[in-house]
Amino acid sequence: MSAAAPNATRIAERFADLRESGELGIVAYITAGDPTLPATHKFVLALADAGADVIELGIPFSDPLADGPTIQRASERALKTHTTLAQVIDLVREIRKSSEVPIVLFGYYNPVLQMGLERFASAAANAGADGALITDLTPEESDDYRQILAAHNLDTIFLGAPTSTDERLAKIAAASSGFLYLISRTGVTGAKDALPDDLPALLRRARKVTQLPIAVGFGISLPGHVSVLGGLADAAVVGSALVSEIEKATMQDSSPAAIDAAASALAIRVRSLKEAARHGLSRREVAP
Amino acid sequence: MSSTLHTATLAPGRFGPYGGRYVPETLMVPLFELERAYEAAKSDPQFQVEFASLLKNFAGRPTPLQFAARLTSHLGGPRIYIKREDLLHTGAHKINNAIGQGLLAVKMGKPRIVAETGAGQHGVASATVAAHLGLECVVYMGTEDMARQSLNVSRMRMLGAQVVGVESGSRTLKDAINEAMRDWVTNVRNTHYLLGSVLGAHPYPTMVRDFHSVIGREAREQILAAEKRLPTHLFACVGGGSNAIGLFHQFLRDPGVKMVGIEAGGRGGQLGEHAARLAAHQGFTGARPGVLQGTYTYILQTEDGQIATTHSISAGLDYPAIGPEHAWLADEGRAEYSAVTDQGALEAARLLSRTEGIIPALESAHAVAGLIERISPNSSSNADRPRLTPDDLVIVNLSGRGDKDMDTYTRAFGTK
Repeated sequence: MSAAAPNATRIAERFADLRESGELGIVAYITAGDPTLPATHKFVLALADAGADVIELGIPFSDPLADGPTIQRASERALKTHTTLAQVIDLVREIRKSSEVPIVLFGYYNPVLQMGLERFASAAANAGADGALITDLTPEESDDYRQILAAHNLDTIFLGAPTSTDERLAKIAAASSGFLYLISRTGVTGAKDALPDDLPALLRRARKVTQLPIAVGFGISLPGHVSVLGGLADAAVVGSALVSEIEKATMQDSSPAAIDAAASALAIRVRSLKEAARHGLSRREVAP
Repeated sequence: MSSTLHTATLAPGRFGPYGGRYVPETLMVPLFELERAYEAAKSDPQFQVEFASLLKNFAGRPTPLQFAARLTSHLGGPRIYIKREDLLHTGAHKINNAIGQGLLAVKMGKPRIVAETGAGQHGVASATVAAHLGLECVVYMGTEDMARQSLNVSRMRMLGAQVVGVESGSRTLKDAINEAMRDWVTNVRNTHYLLGSVLGAHPYPTMVRDFHSVIGREAREQILAAEKRLPTHLFACVGGGSNAIGLFHQFLRDPGVKMVGIEAGGRGGQLGEHAARLAAHQGFTGARPGVLQGTYTYILQTEDGQIATTHSISAGLDYPAIGPEHAWLADEGRAEYSAVTDQGALEAARLLSRTEGIIPALESAHAVAGLIERISPNSSSNADRPRLTPDDLVIVNLSGRGDKDMDTYTRAFGTK
């Protein structure tokens, strides 16, 4: 049973369930259209099946300036097959025929702006998306965006960063719904060996200013990272590590066999992360 | 003309609807810090003294406003003056802004600067200022641009800067900015991003404009001294638009002064063949307002909002977006923008070399070509525009010198 409010999105419901079970959530990012949209469809179902709690579906962009090389290359592959935002939204509709996994559209502002905020929000909501996260949009520039997305019952997720002051974290949380996405380190996306030492302090600062679930991303790839986050965060976002699996499996060709291999690799990854999430310290165990 | 134009910036960082601050959250607090440091510097006499002293004693200001006697008589039109920014140390106007931001980096206690560069002039200026002030300097440059501006790559390295080749996208200026921003977002605590044009998130477009406004202040005094009247027309090339806004800004309140920004028309009007964002009236397609690299402005892009590739023979103008203040000046009709082709720029470069003894940078050659088009149009798209007459008085901003472009000129003209 979900403890979320009646008009809550799938995202809020899922986080409410996770809180109830005291389990860390896994948010899985992949770039839509990498290497093709039908492949992404398969990948999303595989990720959901393996236990991913939220899917972040990346909208490819020509100039992904917040992304490291792995996701840059994914964007390039997706654009090579001319993946558009409209097609990514259509993909969500297709996924909804067989899955209720919460889906966040994740990308840069320009493609959304060119589609038009109203058209984007109504199409995304109709297709069954649950929220959006725009990397290069902050609360300051987002009044119209938030109003329009909220009118379509879409969650607006914003980024908090290690450089954000407490005051800004509060502002970002106030603009966010669904969850708050906390960037673990200054830098671009990409897998790293260790989590930064100052992450717990950042999480504590964020906790003080919001009741929203907090997902931590950037540099998270290993089960060990996930275990550490149990009790500190509500979810871990894993992106580049998954995108790398897709890249490895489809490097030679994107034959059905290669796509299946990539889907299995993604599932294995997420299962191991989920395992760590279940066996790591739970929030309730360490809650003060 | 709109009366609001005089306030220049409406909301913080906005020029009408353009500008703003569209960056990942990690950069927001650093941008606030930069804005505060810049605002403090504006009213800090010590900063102003240091800035003025470096402009004078290191960069070589003021630059002459030279009457171009032979070009004037050759073209048979208006009296033409050339603002000689090419005579500055490092060979282009870029040093004005590099000095200003370099001093700010020192004030903010940031020992490391990163910069992007297209033609290499901003990279050289940044490397120069970094060396002079004792800062570490990393310059990002597209590998396509490194090949066509190799002299400037050597200069940066001689000055102790690390030049990092960028292989992504079209391997030009836009991709260098992406990579510089990735470095900045990673090393933001000890690094200042020394952005080289009136682009990016607030406060960059305003701050970079202000550091270059010395160009227009000098030119205004100089033309009044020489001609006892204001110019009728200003011409400048526009990539991001820093040299143009530096000249234009001091004349915004003079309704009799027309301002003309010249963009890179490349090989033609089709998207991908040019870098003309405000020349749709001449058939250059693909520009619409959007967000790129921190700012809302006119951008060359596809229907789906992917940023288009651009082409210009000039690396410094080869960029899909235009500074947000230019977008606004165009919308308001306060400045006009048009484009000239690669070929037009090459021919203008040769003409200026042979009439005035000045070899211009390819970027600046666009401004000269734009002026020629308005005196004796070659292109049918300019035929219906009012031509300049001998009663007119023109200032062309010669933003940089052509040493870096000698390979291109030699290829174009052979050894004749």
